[in-house]
Formats: sequence, C-alpha cells, structure tokens
Amino acid sequence: MTVTDKLAADHPAEVRTPAPRPGWRDRLARWDVKASPYLYVAPFFLVFGVVGLFPLLYTAYVSLFHWKAGDDNPDFIGLDNFKELFADAQFWHALENTVSIFLLSSIPQIIIAIGLAALLTTGIRGATGWRVGILLPYAASLVALGIIFANLFGPKYGLVNGLLQTIGLSPVDWQANRLASHVAIAIMVNWRWTGYNALIVLAAMQAIPRELHEAALIDGAGSVRRFRHITLPLLKPTLIFVTITSTIGGLQIFTEPKLFDAMPGSNNGGSTHQFQTVTLYLYQTAFENFDLGYASAIAWLLFLIIVVIALVNYLLTGRLARTPGRKK
Amino acid sequence: MTALGVAACGGGGSSSDVPAAAGPNEHVDLTLATFTEFGYEALIPEYERLHPNITITHRKTGQGGPYAQDMMTKLAAGSGLADVQAVEEGHLSDILDKSSKFNDLAKIGPADATADRWLPWKYDAGKDKDGKLIGYGTDIGPDAMCYRKDLFAAAGLPTDPEAVKSLFSSWDSYFQAGADYVAKTGGKAWFDSAAQNFNAMVNQLPVGYLDKSDKLTLDTNQGIKDAWAKVTGAVAKGESAKLTAFSNEWNSGFKQNAFATKVCPAWMLGVIKEQAGPENANKWAVTAAFPGGGGNWGGSYLTVPTQSKHPREAAELAAWLTAPEQQIKAFEAKGNFPSQVKALASPELLNSTDAYFGGAKVGELFAEQAKKVTQAQYKGPGDGQIQDTVASAALQAVEQGTSAADGWQQLVDGAKKLTR
Repeated sequence: MTVTDKLAADHPAEVRTPAPRPGWRDRLARWDVKASPYLYVAPFFLVFGVVGLFPLLYTAYVSLFHWKAGDDNPDFIGLDNFKELFADAQFWHALENTVSIFLLSSIPQIIIAIGLAALLTTGIRGATGWRVGILLPYAASLVALGIIFANLFGPKYGLVNGLLQTIGLSPVDWQANRLASHVAIAIMVNWRWTGYNALIVLAAMQAIPRELHEAALIDGAGSVRRFRHITLPLLKPTLIFVTITSTIGGLQIFTEPKLFDAMPGSNNGGSTHQFQTVTLYLYQTAFENFDLGYASAIAWLLFLIIVVIALVNYLLTGRLARTPGRKK
Repeated sequence: MTALGVAACGGGGSSSDVPAAAGPNEHVDLTLATFTEFGYEALIPEYERLHPNITITHRKTGQGGPYAQDMMTKLAAGSGLADVQAVEEGHLSDILDKSSKFNDLAKIGPADATADRWLPWKYDAGKDKDGKLIGYGTDIGPDAMCYRKDLFAAAGLPTDPEAVKSLFSSWDSYFQAGADYVAKTGGKAWFDSAAQNFNAMVNQLPVGYLDKSDKLTLDTNQGIKDAWAKVTGAVAKGESAKLTAFSNEWNSGFKQNAFATKVCPAWMLGVIKEQAGPENANKWAVTAAFPGGGGNWGGSYLTVPTQSKHPREAAELAAWLTAPEQQIKAFEAKGNFPSQVKALASPELLNSTDAYFGGAKVGELFAEQAKKVTQAQYKGPGDGQIQDTVASAALQAVEQGTSAADGWQQLVDGAKKLTR
C-alpha cells in the first residue's frame, strides 16, 4: 500500500485529476491485497484438483457404466455396478480379509511401538544407533521385503516351516490357511511399520516436560505408575494420529498380499482368495480383467468405508483422549 | 502428408483409409515394443542399414505381465502404443477381441508375407473371427515331455528317450504311469502342478473355454470336464508335487528333485537349466512325445496398431523380423523357437543339440513336435484370464485340499464372473 501511495504522489498528473472514484493504481492495489493470497495458495488447489478431485469425480462417473478397457461405447447402467457389488461375496470376503489383517497388524504394532519408545527414552548407550536401527526396516524396499517374506513363509521349503519342524511342530501351509496367511502378512507389515511408529511416539514422549516426572518422583511414584499416569495420558494425541494413519494405511494394504501369493504376478490373493484384500481385488478388476466400471464402484465403496471408519476412529479416540482430570 | 496423394492413386479399395507408404527419401521413425527376450538386438541395426530412411526405437520390457497391462491401458487410452507391438499368445485373445484397433496385415503387409510361410495353426491363430490378420507369428512353444532319468531308473522305469515314449502316448497312460510311480516310490510326486497339465490339455481341445460366439462352454464342453476329472484324479492319487509354476517353491522344487516329469514347451528347457542348475545336468531328458499328440504353449505375434502413423513401414518391419532368416537368427541369439516352415527345415535348427539334456537334438525334436499340432483353437475374450487366474487357482485349491467338485464350481463361477 505504502509503495503504491508513494508512486501515486510522484505522479502529479494523477493527483490533479479530480477523481471521486479511486484511480486504477489504487484499485490494482486493493485487488492485489484481496486476490494475491488466493493466487499464492492456488497452485496447491490446482494440483489437488487435477490429481485428486478430478480422478475422484471421474471414478464416480465411470462407476455408472459397464466399461471394459478399450470399449468404444461403454453402456450406461446407472447404479447396477453398486447393486452387483453389494451382492458380491468376493468383495465382502476381501473386506473381511482386509479388516482381519489390519487388526492383526495395527494392534500389536502400536503396543510394541510404545514399548520400544519407552525403552529408547531410558537413556541407553548409543541411542542414535538404536533409533536408526528401528527405522531401518522402513527404509528397505517393500518389494524386496515382500519377496523375502514370501520365501520365508513358503509351505514346503520355507525357513519358518523348517524351524517349526526342527522344534517338533507340524508345518503350516501359510498360503492355503486363511488365518495363517493373515498372520504372515501382518508380521510383514509389523516388521516394516513398528519402528516408524515407535519414532513418532518417541518424539512425543520426549516432548513431555521433565518437571512432571520429577514432581511425581518426589511424590514417590514408581516408573510403571509414572508411565501409566503421566506418559500415556500425554501421549494420547500422538496415539490418535498413529492410529488414524495406520487405519488408512491398513485398509489400503496391497503390496504385501500381492507379493505373498505363490503364483507370481497373481492378484488372486491365494487359491480361494484367502488373503485377497479390497485394494488387491480392485486392482485385479481394473488392471487384470480390465473391468473399469466395476473397479470404479469398488474404489468408491472402499473410499466411503474408509471415511466412515476414520470418523468412528476419530470419535472413539477423541473420547479416549479426554483425560479424566479434565472431565467435569 | 504428400503421401496421401500416392495412396489415392495406387491404393484404393478397402485399404484406402490406411495412410500410404512414405516416399523413399522421407525419413520415418518407427517404434518396436517387445518384452523379455525376442533376440532382436542384432537385427534392428541390420534393418536400419538396409533401409537408410528408417530409424527404429526398441522399447524392451522385462516381464510379460506388466507389459500386457501397459499395452491394454494404452490401447484403451487410444495413444502410446508402438508402431510394431509384440503380443504374447496368452494375451492374444484380448487383442483379437479389439481387432478394429489393429491393422489387417493381410492388406497392408508386403506381398511376400503369405500364409504358407508359417505353420498353418500359428498363422490361423493370428486372425480374428472375421478372418482379419492381426499379427505375424514370431516364435512358438511346441510341447514335448521332460523327465528325470535318475528318478525313472530308481523307480524301475525305462530311461531311454525312445523307450519312455509309450508312457507319454495319451493322458490316460501318463497319469497311469504316474500312479504306478507314486506307488513304487512310496509317495513321490510325478509332476510339478496340476494346472500345468490342465492348461496343456485344454489347449489341445478343438473348442476351449469360449466358443466362436464368445460364450462360455464350461457347462457343455465334455473335453474340459474330462480333463478336469483326469487331473484332479491324479492329484487325489498323490501325483502332484503341488508346486505352483514359476513360484519360489517351484524353483526350489527343481533342486530338491520334487517331481519326475514336466510338461515341456521348447522354451522350458532354458527354465529347467536355470532352476535345476549344473548339479542336475544330464539327469533331465526330453523326448519327442506328448500325451494326446501335439500341443503348443507360448509364443508371440507382432501387430501393427491403428495408432501407428506409418502402418505400411511398420508392417514391412514386422514381416521382415518374422521372416525365416531372421527367425533363425533370433533362435541362435536367444533360443526362440521359429514358427516358419522354412526356418523349421533349416540345418542350423535341425542340427542344434543341448548338452544339458544328454546332447539331445532338441531342434529336430521340437520341429517334429510343432508339426504334430493340428489346429488353432479359437480363443475368445478373457480366455487367458480364465486359464491364468481362475483355472490355475481352482486347481491350486484342489491341491490344497478343496474337493474336485468344489474346485470345479470355483472355476465355473470365476469364469462366469470374468465374462459377464
């Protein structure tokens, strides 16, 4: 503003004009103030519109057609894809698998992450080394991990079954048995993500003021008591974050089950879809069977399910996060 | 653009909608897309030398699966395909279903690329329902039977390639020999996986999963039902090692002597060598016999999509790459088995031997097997997916303990869903 004012003053011609309405420079300056912020944030919204919103809406549009890849004239069928999807046993089966793998991975993952973080705050020697160490699995290539784990859990020549047999247990057909396959995939997920979550929890733990612990210590609280009554309540916002991110990630799980299949490149998720997740089913429908309309319907239903679960998650954890002291 | 005038004069007829050939001095850039190994590395510079106005960009992809996916996406998008696009036999049915997006090579191709160059079944499989030629055949995968000499000897079976032929004369004799083998060896497996045999059996039938009107035949196709009964019967007798083909466990199975016989298209010899390793050299053998006569598994085609701006030049390149002389060069480079009659009679091929398989004359052997194939089975849209994702999974389920009846139901339901 000041710059423009000064500029205007330097131009006597403009000053002399008897102008009840402000000059174009003034107007420009006012637009500048009003419009510029929108311009500055526009790139994000443009990019989001192109790569986020447009695909979302276009997917909704495609889901209304019987649309096979390469079709010249896809048939408009309204909501028939969704009707079929609600009656599709394979979809619900895949959803069960997804939820089962998600629960088997997220719950132990968060508990172990808190434990690891608690151990890492105790001032062990070479703390940085340990911290880097627990993050290493996260930095490794997911595809390589998938292949290694699929090898470990091989039904005949896998290392895990070899170990089970040496200690006198009977081998498990990790790919044929539904629950066993979920456990194996959950182990893969946990191995990768526990360290990552532990570091986030660790950062939150270190942000807890030392005075609280010192005061409790003077009052005679032991370490377990301090952990339960100081550390955990103050960790709640972080735990909510970790829970929600792992929920979203868990419902979209794809690479691990895809690579776990014995049949290379298969999207079946086992011979009878024992461990086919919703995303894997979506991928198979779209890019193996090229049934784009039906795949779009799956994508939208998955989107809605994730929104609902995230909301429930938010409400539940929000309620838990209210510390007892603050309750009136 | 000047080329359009030439088309109006020289062309005419039904092919007038295809852009005509460029003038001899006009520079043309062509792209060629292939996957895994086609053995074209030395051939491309040679072609460019012969045609100074043509530059070829070779896009090579590692695996066939992702390649096919990429191809279908680009086909759907309407752009991005190469001028000459290779298509694997297993994905050919999806392409034939969309033949309007490909040029008819019988019309735009060079005059000398005639049907009698190829084995008839290979040539016919490249045509769509209306007889439009979509692809020139490259390599083929004629079926023979591979077996373990040492395991045969231990079970008291003959080991000489001529003497074992009778075991592989029909699927009944093959599975019967398997049952005897299991009994004599105390439960050792006869073959690697049920799906491998089933695929070979279905491919031999006059009508496959879909008939020419693209309707599922599973309810009425006695051939498929019989094949299912035989294979699942053999699984019940313990003949299968239950190793899913190409999985890690299957690879280990070669080293662990997990099975005694293996359905063996020409290219499988390379796979066995790699997986069984030098320590098993001379233990494997191959014989010129296959249950139920001949069969083919694998091989590719070169197509020219209508997306190409230079279809005539592309067709000429495809015809040259698949001509007998070049097929022999590709065979010498990467072992791709030729599909052209002349190439199959060439001394280079007939005299080729394989030391790993006891010095067998493999060129002559597979040329003989290729001639035993009698017909090209019509493959409708989705045929490849039914075989790969539905039938193989259903048989895997049977190997894991599902009943044969439930497995069949899984196959029928899955195939219906795919072709809805």
